Amino acid sequence: MSREEILKKVNEIFWDVFDDDSIVVTEDTTAADIEDWDSLTHITLISEVESEFGFTFAMKDVLGMKDVGEMLDIIEKEI
Amino acid sequence: MGEITFTKLKKNCKKDMSGVKECRLAIMGDCATQHLATAIRGYGVEEGIHFEVFDADYNQIDAQLLDPESEFYQFEAQFALIYMCSEKLYHSFCETEQKAGFADMVYQKIRTYWDLINTHVHVNIIQFTFVETDDRVFGNYASKTQASFLYQVKKLNFLLMNGSQEVKNVFLMDLNYIEAQYGRAAVYDDKLYYIAKMPLSTAVLPEVARQVTDIVKAISGRIKKCVITDLDNTLWGGVIGDDGLEGIQIGELGLGHAFEEFQMWLKELKSRGIILAVCSKNNEDTAKEPFLKHPEMVLHLDDFSMFVANWEDKASNIRYIQETINIGMDSIVFLDDNPFERNQVRSMIPDITVPELPEDPAMYLSYLKRLNLFETASYSESDKDRTKQYQAEIERTVSRQQYQNYDEYLQSLGMVAVAKPFDKFHYPRIAQLTQRSNQFNLRTVRYTEAEIEALAANDHFLTLYFMLKDQFGDHGLISVVILEKRDDETLFMYNWLMSCRVLKRGMEEFIINKVIETARENGYRKVIGEYIRTPKNAMVRDIYAKLGFKELGDGLFEADVDTFVQNKTFIKIEEGKEEQQ
Repeated sequence: MSREEILKKVNEIFWDVFDDDSIVVTEDTTAADIEDWDSLTHITLISEVESEFGFTFAMKDVLGMKDVGEMLDIIEKEI
Repeated sequence: MGEITFTKLKKNCKKDMSGVKECRLAIMGDCATQHLATAIRGYGVEEGIHFEVFDADYNQIDAQLLDPESEFYQFEAQFALIYMCSEKLYHSFCETEQKAGFADMVYQKIRTYWDLINTHVHVNIIQFTFVETDDRVFGNYASKTQASFLYQVKKLNFLLMNGSQEVKNVFLMDLNYIEAQYGRAAVYDDKLYYIAKMPLSTAVLPEVARQVTDIVKAISGRIKKCVITDLDNTLWGGVIGDDGLEGIQIGELGLGHAFEEFQMWLKELKSRGIILAVCSKNNEDTAKEPFLKHPEMVLHLDDFSMFVANWEDKASNIRYIQETINIGMDSIVFLDDNPFERNQVRSMIPDITVPELPEDPAMYLSYLKRLNLFETASYSESDKDRTKQYQAEIERTVSRQQYQNYDEYLQSLGMVAVAKPFDKFHYPRIAQLTQRSNQFNLRTVRYTEAEIEALAANDHFLTLYFMLKDQFGDHGLISVVILEKRDDETLFMYNWLMSCRVLKRGMEEFIINKVIETARENGYRKVIGEYIRTPKNAMVRDIYAKLGFKELGDGLFEADVDTFVQNKTFIKIEEGKEEQQ
């Protein structure tokens, strides 16, 4: 799967989790850019990404991810 | 796990449920419960329940329960959910010196929680059981020593099970069962617990929410009472009309084994009080043959309250069964292997539950067990006699047809009733009847056993239960009346409900006569009755007026004790029972 395809899938997960189809996610998107992205929603997001791509994040990655780009790095490495 | 995801439940929470009566649920945990709260609210939307949720802050059980002014007590919940997780439990186990006394110590703490709640508020408690996990410090030897966590956590669950039998308003939600079903890896998310103090995985939350909702539904009276089943390829393998008695598969060998186990399960449901009925497209004689002649059949004809086999469409036959047994369509489960029949029944009768049985009969049981259709909030010893009662009812119907005149028929029944104030032997059945009755229920107030017990001891109320029997059989306890002492002159019928099994026997008349008599004996001059409409109780809209009450408007009716004319009834009070009151 290309990085672009991964980003597209991740974006769809964002639509579902935040229940908002207008969200456009880029490599640089951070929690500060999306209003409802708090620590609880972060957990839901992580769980959804895990079940979509079929792997589990390491604990330090869950806490350490700075932006969507870093999330994509991990997904690329794991799948 | 299921079809509903947590994300879907989260979206459900945005739906407007303001038109639905709210159900107030408080959640307290020693772990983070925000997602659990969201899942339960969202699952309520799926089931048409408007949950208003108070989710206490992290690890605040003690603070909420010890302070009489706490948010929890002020919230006035109908349900209080307590979730203490095994992970936290393990933590305190590690800090304990007296490992062998650990379960007793924790149980005492939880028992204190229940008692504290019950001293302050009137609420049903839903306590989660503990997941029976182990640290493998002893390996398999853990089962052989009281010093292991495994031993203590299993013991603790057992203590909770016993405790919930003593404290009647406690209902256990068996989280340990859910883990046994889906496995540790699916239920517990290690890193989620470490970083967010959430022991439940996102994947299992919908299932947990469903079980909580099932308990709430059962306590609120939404329960299944009857299973109507098809025969060919449902109760046995093959088609009796084509394959003949020797050709069908039932019994210990081969494919028959799956059907044998399936029949055993249905028989267990019957013993627990679920009515069984047959609805089959067959000639009646052919359909009955296996029950009469096949040596390996587990179910027999007398296990069924009704047996309908003909060539009519199934929806019509189901309606006929439902009308004869006289229960709500939404309390019936229909089992059929044929997808065409299932769809036809579903489209003709939207309220009935029709499980989508798997194609492979080997999977019938696992699938049905997973649906948890038969949640109940009460069980009494007499439940196992329910089938007999319905069978006797059908005999009465036959006998009625021999009489020209209905009064003559009623006289021939030789009906005898018992009317007594609530006593402890009957608390379980009284509570159950308040939960089960929907149609003949004037104000639809539901009670748990603990609430019935409290009511019996409350001087502000007079209580009555009624039992009825006749020459065909014993109906058992079939009606409950709760009278509130409004003022020196007035008794208010706080609730009156009756099993529809005994409708049109003169029981309504008998009960009202007894109520007026009770009022007179206790020096009251007026009895007020009220009808509160629900989607199901239209049949009793005019009952007070028919029985001699004067309509006051707004659903209120009044009877003057001095001038009241006794209603005609052929029911006699049981000799020797009256003076025991």
